[in-house]
Amino acid sequence: MFDVIVIGGGHAGTEAAAAAARVGATTALVTFDARTIGAMSCNPAIGGLGKGHIVREIDAFDGIMACAADRGAIHYRMLNRSKGAAVHGPRVQADRRRYGAAVRAMMAETPGLTIVEGDAAALLIRDGRVGGVVLADGSTVPGRTVVLATGTFLGGRLFRGDERYEGGRIGERAAKPLAEQLRALGLPMARLKTGTPPRLDGRTIDWARLEEQPSDGEAWTMSSLGERVLPAVSCAITRTVTRTHDIIRGGLDRSPLFSGAIEAAGPRYCPSIEDKVSRFGDRDGHQVFLEPEGLDDHLIYPNGLSTSLPTDVQAAMIASIAGLERARIVVPGYAVEYDHIDPRCLDARLALGALPGVYCAGQINGTTGYEEAGGQGLVAGLNAAAEALDRAPVILDRATSYIGVMIDDLTLQGVTEPYRMLTARAEFRLSLRADNAETRLGGIAREIGCVGEARRTHQLARAEERRELRQALEAGFTASSLAARGINVAQDGARRSAFDWLRFPHIAIDDLIAVDGRWPEAVVAETLEDARYAPYLERQAEEITRMRRDEAIALPVDIRYRDIAGLSNEMLDRLEQARPASLAAAARIRGITPAALSAIYLHIQRKAA
Amino acid sequence: MPARAANPTIEPGAAMTTPAMTTIVAVSSGRPPAAIAVVRLSGPAAFAAAAALAGTLPSPREARVRRLTDAAGVTLDHALVLIFPGPRSATGEDLVEFHCHGGRAVVDAVEAALLAQPSVRRAEAGEFTRRALTNGRIDLAEAQGLADLLSAETERQRVAAIGAVEGRVSRAVRGWMDRIAGLAARVEAMLDFSDEDDVGEENMAAIRRAIDALADDVAAVLAAPPVERLRDGVRVVLAGPPNAGKSTLINLLAQREAAIVTPIAGTTRDRIDVPVMRDGVPFVLSDTAGLTESDDVVERIGVERAAAAVREADILLWLDDVPPPREAIWLLSKADLRSSDRDDRLPVAQDDDASIERLWERLSTHAASLLPREDQLALDRRQRAACGLALAGLREGADDPLIVAEQLRAAARALGTILGLDATEAMLDSLFGTFCIGK
Repeated sequence: MFDVIVIGGGHAGTEAAAAAARVGATTALVTFDARTIGAMSCNPAIGGLGKGHIVREIDAFDGIMACAADRGAIHYRMLNRSKGAAVHGPRVQADRRRYGAAVRAMMAETPGLTIVEGDAAALLIRDGRVGGVVLADGSTVPGRTVVLATGTFLGGRLFRGDERYEGGRIGERAAKPLAEQLRALGLPMARLKTGTPPRLDGRTIDWARLEEQPSDGEAWTMSSLGERVLPAVSCAITRTVTRTHDIIRGGLDRSPLFSGAIEAAGPRYCPSIEDKVSRFGDRDGHQVFLEPEGLDDHLIYPNGLSTSLPTDVQAAMIASIAGLERARIVVPGYAVEYDHIDPRCLDARLALGALPGVYCAGQINGTTGYEEAGGQGLVAGLNAAAEALDRAPVILDRATSYIGVMIDDLTLQGVTEPYRMLTARAEFRLSLRADNAETRLGGIAREIGCVGEARRTHQLARAEERRELRQALEAGFTASSLAARGINVAQDGARRSAFDWLRFPHIAIDDLIAVDGRWPEAVVAETLEDARYAPYLERQAEEITRMRRDEAIALPVDIRYRDIAGLSNEMLDRLEQARPASLAAAARIRGITPAALSAIYLHIQRKAA
Repeated sequence: MPARAANPTIEPGAAMTTPAMTTIVAVSSGRPPAAIAVVRLSGPAAFAAAAALAGTLPSPREARVRRLTDAAGVTLDHALVLIFPGPRSATGEDLVEFHCHGGRAVVDAVEAALLAQPSVRRAEAGEFTRRALTNGRIDLAEAQGLADLLSAETERQRVAAIGAVEGRVSRAVRGWMDRIAGLAARVEAMLDFSDEDDVGEENMAAIRRAIDALADDVAAVLAAPPVERLRDGVRVVLAGPPNAGKSTLINLLAQREAAIVTPIAGTTRDRIDVPVMRDGVPFVLSDTAGLTESDDVVERIGVERAAAAVREADILLWLDDVPPPREAIWLLSKADLRSSDRDDRLPVAQDDDASIERLWERLSTHAASLLPREDQLALDRRQRAACGLALAGLREGADDPLIVAEQLRAAARALGTILGLDATEAMLDSLFGTFCIGK
């Protein structure tokens, strides 16, 4: 009997299984094919704006993704470098094979984790709760809890022109019986769409004509324990032209997106090239990033050309683009339509209310992206383990993490398009930075026993260094003493701590105290950012206190919203679907007005009386 | 499209008894007697109940004369009947209006016959508005406007309340929020999609100018007098030492007016508020305890409250011989008994009607500048607080797009509380509608 069974070996499944095993649960990971564990089914990149934050948060829990990214990285870019650290987006291009190999190696090294090759056909249900997984060959894997991390394989259907395939990735099967069982359980489900561009043979691209985008020469890594091991390669940038758009328009009647074959909603922020051309007809070109898939791999991922047009239109489209005139398509692009559950039927642990013991993570919850999947996998895995081992749940909230923001958004608002993380979604963005994930989450990660010895030692050392630096910055300086050092400040006679002086952007930390060699660069940079934004961080801290206070007003699990006079049908629907745990959570549900909140509050007060 | 769960189960019979499902009835025009009285019926049983009285119902939104009868077949009235199927009705539910002949007996009989129908009950105060609000037919600002309208006693109150009902406040706030959403989208595009060539680097100076223009517009509305003065009256505080003639004067001011409401008194040593209507403008005359030091605890509390009243007064009538502590109309009371060498004191005397009339003229002139003009956007206290918060955010000023985004978020959040809207989602809609984002 396993404590936790994870179905799916993608980014959600691997983080879930590894996290459960790290906290001591005996764990099984069930996958069609163990060789595809850790596969990057879309672009060969990890991180980015908002997403890089999640990767660092997973890393604070000693997770898989950041370490694997460093082991596979062949191109590093810190997005938004010129802006405040809160929106810095660490992003790497990873060698697809080496990334997958790194994930598989880390899984193999994780004690208590068993890989089971098989086709998960059904959930075993006993006495109204899950009791394990039935495989297609009839064998059963008994377990106390199950994490569903099936990605696009649940009822997956591929579209390209008039072609249709069952499956979650090209050349692989779909998990169809499982999807049927979930539908039969009466779970609220819907379909979403995503897509991928054609893969090109890099040897047939005219690189010399194209603008080169080199890897940055800095030293940062995705994991705080990582290092840069592989040689760096460059990407290149090209653009679509008017003729490309004409070709695309000419093929629209054969695009399943426009012929009505695909009805599910796709993401607004990752549109297909068909969408871009028809929605933004005034643009005369769209950027295309040519991203190498590996060091010893000829495949190139043309980021920006996601499409489900017929193969001949794809070929004509590619040939119209500078540098790609003679490029050969190795695998044409396609669109995937897949089942997802309405994530509002999950709670903050990502547990399914309708079937105790079942947790869901990743695209099955309506999200898109490796990082979003990994973040959910972490939380689902930790909570499945907590349930099996009879420990306290692990809840991350909006104030501590992007993962918390994402889960709160998903479980309260549901999705109308594949959910992607954006820094704009985090109201406490200034305090949730990619550079302070360890500071935010290291404590809870260590407390629940989720980090290994090396990580623990590192985190504790960093915490001590931060404390020392912060103490050193308590040293007071008068305005006149700064002027004496040649720093231009208003002579208001004030005496401020070094930390307070650092609010002024023109004052450098070296002007105040010597830091070189005494503290690691990352510690100095993080503390400096805290100082720069201190007034705003303080204000947000007040907002967080207010939010936590309202979180304390719990809504009973058996609350009957229908009994509350005056809630509209739309509000009833949203409240019933999301079943918010607190009044504060109810307040965050869109369309719930202050008047409705007062009605709910009065109702629970009356009940309590 | 979000998935929907299987229909939640409703127990048999429960639908008829849960409060949200009852049908409510009330006279919604002025109280009878009046030429026409409108009886409104709203809820799932509205059409059934109406048909029980009127027989066949007219087509939606068409007025037809129907003979209304009770269960015994006795004719109650010949009334105009209108039906409005939900959700496209004022309450968002099925709604019926009976335009009856306005005699009290007729209206009572129609109401009684409706109340005799299954699951129909009398509406509680404000319940139609609450249903309209919770069914999303009106927003919070409009709902408050409706409440003001129902309690409006003067013409100016009525005009201001109608302004709110018609969504003037909502429209203005919505307009500001749209502008914030558009600006936030430009800043967020810079922050979340700077690697996209469609976004490019924004000109922060242009965004700052647009924020400043928006702040000016919000500030202009905030500078207008608050709507509470219309609803609650212009607060005129009489202050001065004991025996300065405050109580006499308040009686003189009040006695000359027909629309006197019974004084609302606390303890005799506390302050006394007298609402008075003058030329359609509501005033509240406030008599205070004498401004002296006192050993008596109760009296001392009264004195502290008096000091607070002096600070908060819209208009201060100062009856002391020492100069007033703030802007005030400085009176020379008991002018029939004494005189002053100062010409900036307005003499008033008990037996001199003309002196009281002169004082009223001063008060009316002053009050006019304190009340919102009829065409002006007037905010209530809650709305002012939210707008003030938003304005503070917009005025802070910064070049760092992260900080500007934070200020816009704070401003949108504050304004959103007026309408009960999600500001982040509005911004994302604006963002994706404007930029071609994504690879």
